[in-house]
Amino acid sequence: MHIKRLATCLIGVLLLGVMQGGKAALTIEITQGVDGALPIAVVPFDTSRLGSKLPVDIAAIVSSDLNLSGVLKAMDRAALPANPHYSNQVQYPRWRSAGQDYLVVGRVLEESPGVYNIEFQLLDVLKQKQLLGRSMPAKKRNLRSRAHQISDFIYEQITGTRGAFNTRIAYIRAQNDAARKYVLQVADTDGFNAQNVLESDEPIMSPSWSPDGKSLAYVSFESKRPEIFIQHLATARRSKVSGFRGLNGAPSWSPDGKFLALVLSKDGNPDIYTLNTATKRLKRITSHRSIDTEPVWSTDGNSIIFTSDRSGSPQLYEVGVDGGRPKRLTFEGRYNSAANISPDGKYIAMVHGARGQYKIAQIERETGNLTVLTDNALDESPSFSPNGKMVLYASGDTGSLFAVSIDGRARHKLSDQAGDIREPVWGPFDSK
Amino acid sequence: MKANNFIKPWMIAGCLALFISACATTQEEIIEDGPPLDEQSQIGGAGITDDGSGGADASGLDGSEDGGVTAIVDDTPMNAIEMLEQTEGALANRTIYFEFDSAKLTGESIAILETHGNFIAGNGEVSVRLEGHADERGSREYNIALGDRRAQSVRRVLLFQGASTDQIDTVSYGEEKPAAPGHTEEAWARNRRVELIYTVN
Repeated sequence: MHIKRLATCLIGVLLLGVMQGGKAALTIEITQGVDGALPIAVVPFDTSRLGSKLPVDIAAIVSSDLNLSGVLKAMDRAALPANPHYSNQVQYPRWRSAGQDYLVVGRVLEESPGVYNIEFQLLDVLKQKQLLGRSMPAKKRNLRSRAHQISDFIYEQITGTRGAFNTRIAYIRAQNDAARKYVLQVADTDGFNAQNVLESDEPIMSPSWSPDGKSLAYVSFESKRPEIFIQHLATARRSKVSGFRGLNGAPSWSPDGKFLALVLSKDGNPDIYTLNTATKRLKRITSHRSIDTEPVWSTDGNSIIFTSDRSGSPQLYEVGVDGGRPKRLTFEGRYNSAANISPDGKYIAMVHGARGQYKIAQIERETGNLTVLTDNALDESPSFSPNGKMVLYASGDTGSLFAVSIDGRARHKLSDQAGDIREPVWGPFDSK
Repeated sequence: MKANNFIKPWMIAGCLALFISACATTQEEIIEDGPPLDEQSQIGGAGITDDGSGGADASGLDGSEDGGVTAIVDDTPMNAIEMLEQTEGALANRTIYFEFDSAKLTGESIAILETHGNFIAGNGEVSVRLEGHADERGSREYNIALGDRRAQSVRRVLLFQGASTDQIDTVSYGEEKPAAPGHTEEAWARNRRVELIYTVN
C-alpha cells in the first residue's frame, strides 16, 4: 500500500488567499431584457482634472449593473444628447425628449496620487430635481467596488430595495480537458475579480457562504473521499470540520453563523445533522432510511428545509432544529430538490423536475403557489441574491451560470472559457 | 489559465507507463477504473490497467503519479491477481449499471456481484472500493446520496456472499465524475453506475 499512500499525499490541492485584483475571468451577457424597464442615462464621469487616466470607467460599470437588474435600462453612450458633469449644466428638456426618466452625472477628483473623491448626482428628469447626491473617497484598488456602490445607491433610491451590486458570488469551475481540475472561485457579481480559493484534482462541491461573508464551507474530495472544510477567504486558513466515514456533504451555515447543517451517513444512511462550529458538537436532526440531504436554514434559524425521497421521489420537507416530524412542502412535480430560501423567508427556490426537464422554480411559502423561472432542461443550484430580487443558478446544458429576476423577466449569463462553471452561491451583502 | 504552464498529463502518463513497466516491484496495486470509452473487459492485460479516468484527474504537477500508479507483474504471481487479470467472465465485469433515480440491481447484476462476493470472501488479501455515480440530472448533493445508495446496494450483495466489511470501502462521486460526456440518454445510462476497484494487499 506504500505506493497508494504516497500518491494520496501528492494529490495537488492548492489553497489560495483571496485579494482584490483587477482581472476579468467571466464573460457576462444579457440574454433577456425587459420591456418597460425604466430609462436612465449615465453620463461618463468627468476625469479631465486627473493627473493620469482612471483605470476604470465608472459610468460604464454603473450602466452595466443597472441593466443587469432588469428594472432599469441605461441609455447607449453613443446616443447621449449632451455630456454634463454637474446638475447645474443639465438642460432637462433635452433628456426628456431623449426619453429618459433619470439622469446620473458625476466627476472624479484626485486628492493625492491614487487617492480619489468620486461625486455623483441622480436627477429626476421629469421633476427636474436632484434625488440623490453623494461624495465618496476611493483608492485605485477599490474603484470598481465604489462604482458598484454607486449602482446600489441609485437602485435603492429608485426602487426602494437595497442594491446587491457590490457583492460576490462563489462557484465551482471544472476544466474538462485531459487534466480534469476543479477550482473553487469567488468573483464580483459582474464576473470581474475572479479569484481561486481552492484548486484540486478531485471534485470540490457545495460551497456555502458564512453570514459575515468572510468564509466559505465546502466539500472537497482531495483525500479521495468527501470531507467538509471551512476556509477563511482573506488568509486561506482552513480547517476540516467533518470527515466521518461515509458521506460528508451539503454544508449550510446557520443565519447566526454558529452552526453548520450538513449530511452524514455515518449512522447508516444520509441524514441531516447540525454541527456547532465552536464546540464541534454534532446533533442529529433527521433519522429516516430514505435519502435526507441538501439542508438549508429558515431565515429565523428555527427550522431546516431539506430534500428527502421518503415519499418515493425527492421532495422538500421542513423540520425544526430540535428534530421532530418533518412536514412536506412540495407536492407539484416528481422531483423537487436543492432548496434555497429568499432573504425575506417568503419564497423557496428549488430544482423542479417535471416531464424529464429540470428547471428552477420557486414556491411562495404562504400559498404554496409554484412558479417556474427558467427554461433550460438541466438547471440546478438556485441561489437568491441578498436583496431577494434575482436568483442565480447553473445551466448544465451550457456549463454556465444565469441570473434571473424573480419575476422571470430579466436574465443574464455568466460564462468562463476555461471550463464549465456551476454550483453558484450568491454571497451576503457583506461579502466584499 | 495556469494549465498552460503544466506538462500535459498524457505525456507523463506515457513516460510513467514506460518507466513502471521497466521496473519490477513487489507491490501489487490493481486499479480498475472504467475508462470513459472502453469496457474494462476489452482492455489488454485487463485487471491491471493504467487508470484511465484517474489519470484524467491528475494534474501535471503531481497527481499523475497517482493516476498512473500501476505496478505490473511480478515474479511471484498470486492467485487473486491472476483471477483479476482474466479478460472474460463475471470478475472482468466491474461496472454495474442502474435505472434513473434507482439503486435496484438487475438479476444479471446480482449474478455478477455474487461472483465478485465469492471471490472477495475467498481471498482475504483482496479489498474492493465501490465508487457510486449518478447521471447529471437533478441536484448534485441528491446525486451524491443516490450514488451512495447504489454503492450500498452492491456492498450488501458482496457481504451476503461472505465478503468481510473491512474488505469493502464505498464512496460516492454523484455526478462529479461522469464516464461519458454529453447530455443524452446514452451518456446518462453509462454514468449511472457503481465501479468496483480492486486492491490486492
